[in-house]
Amino acid sequence: MPDKPEAQKRETLLALLQEEQEKNGCISEQFIAQAAESMGITVNEVYGVATFYSFLSTSALARNVIRVCKSVPCYFSNSQSVVDALQEELGILPGETTPDGKFSLLLTNCIGACDQAPAMLLNNELHGNLTRDKIAKLLKACL
Amino acid sequence: MPVQHIVLKNCQVIDPTDIHTYLELGGFKALEQALGMPPEAIIAEIKSSGLRGRGGAGFPCGVKWELALKSDGAEKYFICNADEGEVGTFKDRYILQHDPFTLIEAIAIAALAIGAKQAYIYLRQEYHYLLGGLLNAIEQVKSKGYLEHVDLRVRQGAGAYICGEETALIESIEGKRGEVRFKPPYPPSLGLWGKPTVVNNVETLMNIPAILLNGAQWFNKIGTEKSKGTKVFSVSGDVAKPGVCEFVMGSRIDEIVVDWAQASDIKMVQVGGATGGIIPCEMLATPLAFETILGSGAITVFSHRRDPLDFITHTVEFLAEESCGKCTPCREGSEVMLEILERLASGDGRQEDIQTLEELASVMSLTSLCGLGQATAVPVLDTLRYFRSEFNHRIQQSIFLRSLRSQSISEMRRSK
Repeated sequence: MPDKPEAQKRETLLALLQEEQEKNGCISEQFIAQAAESMGITVNEVYGVATFYSFLSTSALARNVIRVCKSVPCYFSNSQSVVDALQEELGILPGETTPDGKFSLLLTNCIGACDQAPAMLLNNELHGNLTRDKIAKLLKACL
Repeated sequence: MPVQHIVLKNCQVIDPTDIHTYLELGGFKALEQALGMPPEAIIAEIKSSGLRGRGGAGFPCGVKWELALKSDGAEKYFICNADEGEVGTFKDRYILQHDPFTLIEAIAIAALAIGAKQAYIYLRQEYHYLLGGLLNAIEQVKSKGYLEHVDLRVRQGAGAYICGEETALIESIEGKRGEVRFKPPYPPSLGLWGKPTVVNNVETLMNIPAILLNGAQWFNKIGTEKSKGTKVFSVSGDVAKPGVCEFVMGSRIDEIVVDWAQASDIKMVQVGGATGGIIPCEMLATPLAFETILGSGAITVFSHRRDPLDFITHTVEFLAEESCGKCTPCREGSEVMLEILERLASGDGRQEDIQTLEELASVMSLTSLCGLGQATAVPVLDTLRYFRSEFNHRIQQSIFLRSLRSQSISEMRRSK
């Protein structure tokens, strides 16, 4: 453990933000202000951390978050067909959330599943060797 | 050179949810041995084994440990880097999934050797689905009394490629943005919370128990002069059999991609992830070792259907997105490179584009703060070197297309 109490508190910031993201699907401005106050650091320091990491979001994400890998091995295994299938099924573009608030569709960098390309994360679970049928089944299981 | 299993020897052999299957195969014998040795002796053994870091940089493992041991202060930290973000790399995922016990044993040995009472595994958020299995394994090891000298915790990343760089990883554990630090000082003298810290990759650590049990001499006999032991490769792309394999250091690329992964149509291979070098098909007999080309051991195969310009545009897009933004050459340079490549790919290339890319690559590699910016040049320059005619062809096409566009504009004006 760090010896200074400030550092001890600071150490918990990332975990705190991750917990909030998990719970409420978003790191709101109010939450950032509260966290800054309780830790005795500036709002911009908290904001800096909240916006640095790709799994933290300052705009609201849905209950089900889909992250389609777009890095080179998946890209050349036609990850675009996965995005197309999801767009058709959900009626939204990457970066958007369905109007009913059930799904968010995001593109992401390498998720370390290149042996199962094209791959995606659905709520932190890995799904590889994706096909249209597989995608439709996965989405149905979420409803 | 042949397949040999040192790192992967227990994968798909033991049950990763049951420590007894690991104990039956001699698990924790190396730790028991280490507990009876002075730290200097453990480090001497690792040093003379010639083991080098498997994350990509290849720094001698024993030297790192020695630096931390000799650094002042009673408080030291050990970190296992499980932030495997390098494109095309998934070997650590495979190891964490199939053999968490060897890794935990190795961490226990490393902590003992450098005198760390606190150790962390930094697991990338993308591997969140491995967390349960890992925590379960740690609990089982604890219950057998093998973690009494060190408190081992798992910290989760939140999605950032750069956190695989050791100083950015340390910043992230401290609860900050994952921005790299100026070096020196290096982590073994000034790391986590300013204390001596060793950061080792998952695969590096997997070698430790075997080295202690079989002796440095045994390990030293495997591999090439400067690359001892084996290397785990993550093979993907245009191959029939993608996956994880372990070969003796110095094995040729074709032994892995053709013989093992059964690729039949190869235009080029990228070795070592997004910032890795490019090997064209004429050079597939190149041996894989620190002396030649290795990186993280990612091997991505591209068939003749693949366009090098498309490939490098996507690679630079990745690097530009994942740049931590702290230093100007990397933050701005990668963006400008991407702008040029996208323009070139969309049929609006200019005569001077290749030269500009080469100049940018040279500045970035000389002046960037860390490996990301420095090595962005590697795939860019390699693609330009081996597929230059394709780039030139695209530029000529662009010039032709532009002339057509201006022709049609003037025709439109005349017809008005």
